[in-house]
Amino acid sequence: MGYPHEPHQRETTVLSRYFGDAEARSLDGWKKRGGYKALEKALGMAPADIVNIVKESGLRGRGGAGFPTGMKWSFMKPGDGKPHYLCCNADESEPGTFKDRELMRWTPHALVEGCAIGAYAIGAETAYVYIRGEFTEPLYWMEQAVKEAYAAGIIGKNAMGSGKRIDVHVHKGAGAYICGEETALMNSLEGRRGNPRIKPPFPAVSGVFGMPTTINNVETLIAAAPILMKGADWYKKMSLSNPKSTGTKLYSVCGNVYRPGTYEVVMGFPFKEFLYDLCGGPLHGRKFKAVIPGGASVPIQTMEEAEATLMDYEGFVAHGSMLGSGGVIVIDDGQSMVSVIARIARFFAHESCAQCTQCREGTAWTTKIMERIRDGQGTMEDLDTLLDIADQMTGKTICVLSDSCAVPVVSGIQKFRSEFEGLIQGRRFHPVVAAVA
Amino acid sequence: MTPDLIGGLESPDYASHDRAAHEPYTLVFTGEVKRELDELLTRYPTKMAALLPALWILQRERGWVSEEGMVEVAELLELTPAYVKGVVTFYTMYHQHPVGKYFIQVCTTSPCGICGAEDVVKAFLRHTNTGELGLTSPDGRFTVIEVECLGACGFATPVMVNEEFIESVTPEKVPDLLARLA
Repeated sequence: MGYPHEPHQRETTVLSRYFGDAEARSLDGWKKRGGYKALEKALGMAPADIVNIVKESGLRGRGGAGFPTGMKWSFMKPGDGKPHYLCCNADESEPGTFKDRELMRWTPHALVEGCAIGAYAIGAETAYVYIRGEFTEPLYWMEQAVKEAYAAGIIGKNAMGSGKRIDVHVHKGAGAYICGEETALMNSLEGRRGNPRIKPPFPAVSGVFGMPTTINNVETLIAAAPILMKGADWYKKMSLSNPKSTGTKLYSVCGNVYRPGTYEVVMGFPFKEFLYDLCGGPLHGRKFKAVIPGGASVPIQTMEEAEATLMDYEGFVAHGSMLGSGGVIVIDDGQSMVSVIARIARFFAHESCAQCTQCREGTAWTTKIMERIRDGQGTMEDLDTLLDIADQMTGKTICVLSDSCAVPVVSGIQKFRSEFEGLIQGRRFHPVVAAVA
Repeated sequence: MTPDLIGGLESPDYASHDRAAHEPYTLVFTGEVKRELDELLTRYPTKMAALLPALWILQRERGWVSEEGMVEVAELLELTPAYVKGVVTFYTMYHQHPVGKYFIQVCTTSPCGICGAEDVVKAFLRHTNTGELGLTSPDGRFTVIEVECLGACGFATPVMVNEEFIESVTPEKVPDLLARLA
């Protein structure tokens, strides 16, 4: 639902139904709302059948990459004699994204249940929920939920009397965006610096503690429970666009918009109606100028592109961007695109782990040049230099943080070149004055 | 919706950090705290994996992570002090020197930036008398820093005061917020 606002009638609330409902946070409250029925059902099934249902449902990773979840789970070979691990990526740090935060602070038991189902399906006895250190409130509620679930025998040595051992542990991060990258998260969990690892080996072969590991986003794991209860067909039908994108997706909306918040709509929902109807459109007297639809590391969309988009994995790509994490940053005509992009570049320069030269130097150079242009000290040559650096930063590093810094710069120069040139040619950025009637 | 559902949690009562920096080091992991660490060790197949949680405990007990503290943690987890320091310096949330009694982190990343986070930072600097980012106020009570994305972009501007997470802070709300801490 459009938390913190009233749910909008055009939303489809599967995962966000209990946002704002404090009772849903406790074990009793969660059970009253049908909680842990899916886990009970799962524990009575063969793990391979669970994987098949999830595969059949078309559920894809909700953290950003959109990899099919069922297929990811099927990479975990049963009976290999090694301990398997499930990691839940709750290190939500992508600027613009705060959906997992709401999921964990309103429905922590949903995640405990999702982790238990996921762990059982991939043959793991232990699930680690890696939550970023700044999320003190989600951490508190998750720790309470895990404690309650252990006390009630839902997880532990004999999960729900099934004879299966399922442990769920909450692990607190310590402030590093890069730990949301799956291999960096595993290093961090092992007590190391959060440097991403070279792949292969992929996590399903050698993940955390060198053992086969599956890593899923919070929203992905929580979606598994309703899929098991209502079936793959029910989930597959929730799509207005194409069969490759199914189910509902949470979007966190922020920036210069009338009703920022977390919204849940089915795949393929028209982005134009989403922005103007559900989110209430621009602030009084302003106009939207650009949208970054999937967190700071996806290409910037012009309003023309955004308004033509159907919200699913393919729809955003068809209109010059990516679905990413679903963190929608809305920028209006009162903002300078150069300032916005310069600040994004600074973010990536701060968060680079500094392993790869292209990233360590590239993010810092990009920031310096972007800030120089912002401050009216840039030259036309700087634009070419930025594009050249971006080229050197793309596809050449261990992880994609480097690419993520290049993406907004390149798309910004391509789509809003006149703003860059204006600042370079000595025209200060004058925000459009709000047309107040 | 009642305000207490939206607000944060109780802040731990930090010891006076400045004093802690000058006193001889006493061990942190004894008695109840040692038992807490022992319980944590059962969750992981390696001792090293308990490093981040152990450092969190250290910071909770002392307000910051000192060199002596790193040595103590290293011995308990069978690591070298240099290794522990390498990890501590990677993560931004471990304080490597004492900070004010109230450690204030203001998010200024792009989504909050376009909603006026800069003005919130300025208001904090002015009203806490810290003057500059990262410095501690003369009375030892406040340290203000800018932080990268707190992950609550729809509630611009989010601010963290120690463990408490406060949403939708505007420059006008800053004086009241600080008065509440007093």
